[in-house]
Amino acid sequence: MIRINCPFCGERDHSEFSYGGDGSIVYPALDAPVEQWVEAVFQRENIRGVQTESWQHVSGCRQWILVERDTMTHEIHSVRAAHEGVAKVLEAGK
Amino acid sequence: MTRFSAWSVFRNGLSGQSGWTRQWRDPEPKKQYDIVIVGGGLHGLATAYYLAKNHGQKNIAVVEKGWLGGGNAGRNTTIVRSNYFLPGNREFYEHSLKLWEDLSHDLNYNVMFSQRSHISLLHSPAAIDGAARRYNTMRLTGTADAEIWDLDQLKQEVPHLNYGPDARFPIRGAAVQKRAGTARHDAVAWGYARAADALGVDILQNCEVTSTTRSGNEITSLTTSRGEIQAKKVGFAVAGNTSRLWQMAGFNTLPIESHKLQAFVSEPLKPLLDQVVVFGVGGAHFYISQSDKGGMVFGGDIDWYKSYAQRGNLPIVQDVAECAISILPCLGRVRLLRHWSGVMDMSMDGSPFICKTPLNNLYLNAGWNYGGFKASPASGWYFADLIANDRPHETIEHFNLDRFAQGVVLDERGAGPDPKLHG
Repeated sequence: MIRINCPFCGERDHSEFSYGGDGSIVYPALDAPVEQWVEAVFQRENIRGVQTESWQHVSGCRQWILVERDTMTHEIHSVRAAHEGVAKVLEAGK
Repeated sequence: MTRFSAWSVFRNGLSGQSGWTRQWRDPEPKKQYDIVIVGGGLHGLATAYYLAKNHGQKNIAVVEKGWLGGGNAGRNTTIVRSNYFLPGNREFYEHSLKLWEDLSHDLNYNVMFSQRSHISLLHSPAAIDGAARRYNTMRLTGTADAEIWDLDQLKQEVPHLNYGPDARFPIRGAAVQKRAGTARHDAVAWGYARAADALGVDILQNCEVTSTTRSGNEITSLTTSRGEIQAKKVGFAVAGNTSRLWQMAGFNTLPIESHKLQAFVSEPLKPLLDQVVVFGVGGAHFYISQSDKGGMVFGGDIDWYKSYAQRGNLPIVQDVAECAISILPCLGRVRLLRHWSGVMDMSMDGSPFICKTPLNNLYLNAGWNYGGFKASPASGWYFADLIANDRPHETIEHFNLDRFAQGVVLDERGAGPDPKLHG
């Protein structure tokens, strides 16, 4: 079991969360060329090692979070709120 | 190589089993090959075999970072079937099943292919209608052994499933493919290796590719843990680590994520289950058969997050155990003997790639999700055809990397571009 330290709820089992995929992807503008959308939706770097990925705390606060995790060892290096504004507020409150 | 026959078994029985020779050579790598296949799993070995057998290629090497049968070839539940729905997929998998039917004779090696039926349980009228649509399509397109069974017939054939009316998902019937079944996974790897070796293929174990050398639009050589190997053509067939190898070839991204799938085997039991039984409803996913040694071989979903680790997580162990008990309550006190995990190429639409690449002499075989075992004979057959002729056969022309940009995805499950959802 991986333990994920949800910034809103505290440390929980990974089975409370749903894996969202590569969290480093930035979606292009709606009117961007189709090639950019194909790249964002379908193409993955598929890193072996530390990657930023998104998870949703579906059985908890239902917030999306960004997790830096090693895909070989499953060690977690950092967790933060996916929403930048919320992440800043949480950081300021520490 | 000694050819196996009833006579060779008899003669070696009389001579104290002393006449057997090793199954394949352990050659030193040559400086150069016409074709190098990276990956000594079932797909890579089958590719080398069909390149030599069907296309007369003489100078082939298979490079494998570990030992034969040590990757996903030895980490699966050995199910073979061809109950696919989409054009492209169904012809491909039916061809594969036909190759399986003759594989032991073709390889002169008993792969223990057992056509014991594949039974998908159905739990609602809508599921029966959906299965009828799929299985009727199969019948109309060349897979004549598709059947829908009602509850009475199913009870007669598989008497000890949980037919209780109080089950969370009561069983209503089943979709059945009778020519489907299981095979002995190690024997498939060994059989292909032995047959390919007999046709002159060099099988190089403990030979990990660490980088590639490119000149213009071609790969000229591979740097391996056993030295530099030059190649005129290169084929990648390395499930799980495809993306890493792709990046070694100088590319960046693929429509693939690596996920891990667990499988389980119980202690040996007396004969209990004559078929492959599949249970999939309401979020459950479970498949089970009994091996010739008596162990119950079963598995479920992938671990739900990306991973390159060849070890599984415990929540899935619990999920799979719950599924087992819900359809076969008689397994309640059976002990688990072993469980293992393999790293899968999960593709963005659940379908594979057998295709050319942006490099002139590099070919890709990847993205088998967790259905690669059944596909291995046809995968090797068509990949060999692609490499030898430098063009895709019409059966696999949709197994390309461009299909996402073109909007012609092969999404058998209709799950969308999320690799973890394709099973």
